[in-house]
Amino acid sequence: MTAYIIRRILVAVPTLVILIVLCFFLMQVAPGGPFTSERPLPPQVLANIEARYGLDQPLWKQMWDYLVGIVTRFDFGPSFAYRDRDVNDIIAHGFPITLTYGLISFVVATLAGMGIGVAAAIRHNTWLDYIAVGATFSAQALPNFVMAPILVIVFTWQLGWLPGGGWNGGQWQYLVMPVIALSTSYVASITRIMRSSMLETLNSSFIRTARAKGLPEHKVIWRHAMKPAMLPVVSYLGPTFVAMITGSVVIDVYFSTGGIGRAYVDSALNRDYAVMLGVTILYGGLTVLFNLLVDVAYAWLDPKIRY
Amino acid sequence: MLGSIRRYGTEMVHRTEQSERIIEALVEGEAIRGRSLWEDARRRFFRNNAAVGALICLGLVMLFTIVGPLFSQWSIEEIDWARMGNIAGEGHPSVESGHYFGLDGLGRDLYARTIQATRTSLIVGVIGAFVAVVIGTLYGAFAGFVGGWVDNIMMRTVDVLISIPYMFIIILLMVMFERSFFMLFVGIGIVSWLDMSRIVRGQTLSLKNREFVEAATTAGVGRFTIILRHIVPNLLGIVVVYATLLVPLMILVESFISFLGLGVQEPNTSLGALISEGAGTVIYGTPWQIACPIFFFLVTIISLFFVGDGLRDALDPKDR
Repeated sequence: MTAYIIRRILVAVPTLVILIVLCFFLMQVAPGGPFTSERPLPPQVLANIEARYGLDQPLWKQMWDYLVGIVTRFDFGPSFAYRDRDVNDIIAHGFPITLTYGLISFVVATLAGMGIGVAAAIRHNTWLDYIAVGATFSAQALPNFVMAPILVIVFTWQLGWLPGGGWNGGQWQYLVMPVIALSTSYVASITRIMRSSMLETLNSSFIRTARAKGLPEHKVIWRHAMKPAMLPVVSYLGPTFVAMITGSVVIDVYFSTGGIGRAYVDSALNRDYAVMLGVTILYGGLTVLFNLLVDVAYAWLDPKIRY
Repeated sequence: MLGSIRRYGTEMVHRTEQSERIIEALVEGEAIRGRSLWEDARRRFFRNNAAVGALICLGLVMLFTIVGPLFSQWSIEEIDWARMGNIAGEGHPSVESGHYFGLDGLGRDLYARTIQATRTSLIVGVIGAFVAVVIGTLYGAFAGFVGGWVDNIMMRTVDVLISIPYMFIIILLMVMFERSFFMLFVGIGIVSWLDMSRIVRGQTLSLKNREFVEAATTAGVGRFTIILRHIVPNLLGIVVVYATLLVPLMILVESFISFLGLGVQEPNTSLGALISEGAGTVIYGTPWQIACPIFFFLVTIISLFFVGDGLRDALDPKDR
């Protein structure tokens, strides 16, 4: 197990380095530098600015400094658009907000999806099952950017129950719609995965044995069926996490939560490459880390896995 | 469970009928025409009502994007100056004004724009799937068939690429170069083949030790020809299924980027962009501006899901 974890970490590290190098390389080949503006700067001023941001150094040196800055000091460098802020400030300001509702959505999607999935599997071929299957099939086609406007139209404009945006220190009213919008389609996917894997598990012979020896049904399900049935869901958690991170950009923009997504989209529109790179690398790093955790959890859950 | 029993039941009846026919044919010395995988799959697919219904819906949407422009009285960028001042009052969908879907927030014809947006989405989906099929299949089949260290390096590369949040890379590409259709296709092409290559490699591994490959090798057929002639045709089933399921995913990716305003540039538009615009203006009493794009988005995506599901049921050998 330890050897497996170490080997997984050894794969994760180059992934991160490749991500950083790839992003950095893209930034270099992009036409138009960050200081290209309609009014050309005097060459002396431009040279000064480039010296300030280290752009006069050879390429490999810039690359190395950037990499070392991230690894040792967690420093993504200065923003190119805002002279008085660096990328770290922007991340530190928005990330806690995004992380808060992102984690809640992730937990909600996982628990709700698994709950409904198990319930549908236990009541297979009853009305509950049919409703769950039908609803989740359609809900998969409701991504966050469709859910968010629909929710706002219904709950803010029609019913007036919930505020249509903002954060306000994370009070629950401000959390409800972002969480629902972000998690709906993943609740649906996880429900479908959980349901079919639970059905498959309940048909296997060790469950028949458990039932035959007279165990009550709830024990059969919790003690015997749950763990193996969870495996496909666990392996789906990695992609869910990535999708939630990506989806949070829409939520941040649409609900004006003040999260990091707004800064990201603004930086994309301003061509503030430093912020774009910082956010991409931060999210890439989180993804790699999370995939690592999922793989370890999977290995722990599934005794059949080869280390 | 019940469904499958019922299905097996009819298959059994079917089979006895067919075996009788075969015996008859044998007795009379006729040549027997075998049932091919595709014929089988087609029959199973058309027996699936949901999938056929979805296919018809999809066909209608496609037909609409082709025939629709003929009835359009406005182009995608023309502004209806006469009604522009009072969009909530006069811009609603109506046949007399020629704006069948109403006006958008800037006074442009939503009918023409919705058609263009739907077309963008469909093209993006199809191109994404096409790239995935070509690159993913060849890459996966090659890695799986050659095996050894080549396979190891190729698949580790995919592992690395797959764990990068690709949406950000596409946006990075779109922003750094130009926000054009071409860059969108490049971005989507870069990411869409990764999963496909994994699936195809897995299938190839199970195919490459089969007798017909051995026979081809013995007959002196080159490696690359074996991949193209013998491995790839046997992969087609799973490739078709996965490609169909990939089309809606690609549409989702593109709509997501357009929703953020980072997709193709005006006056071109896409469903994501229209949904975003409509969501912004709904406060001013123009619900059609969000209803039209969402309707086409949902119909397209849900139909594609159903068609993909139907194809999987029809082609998946596990479910026989």
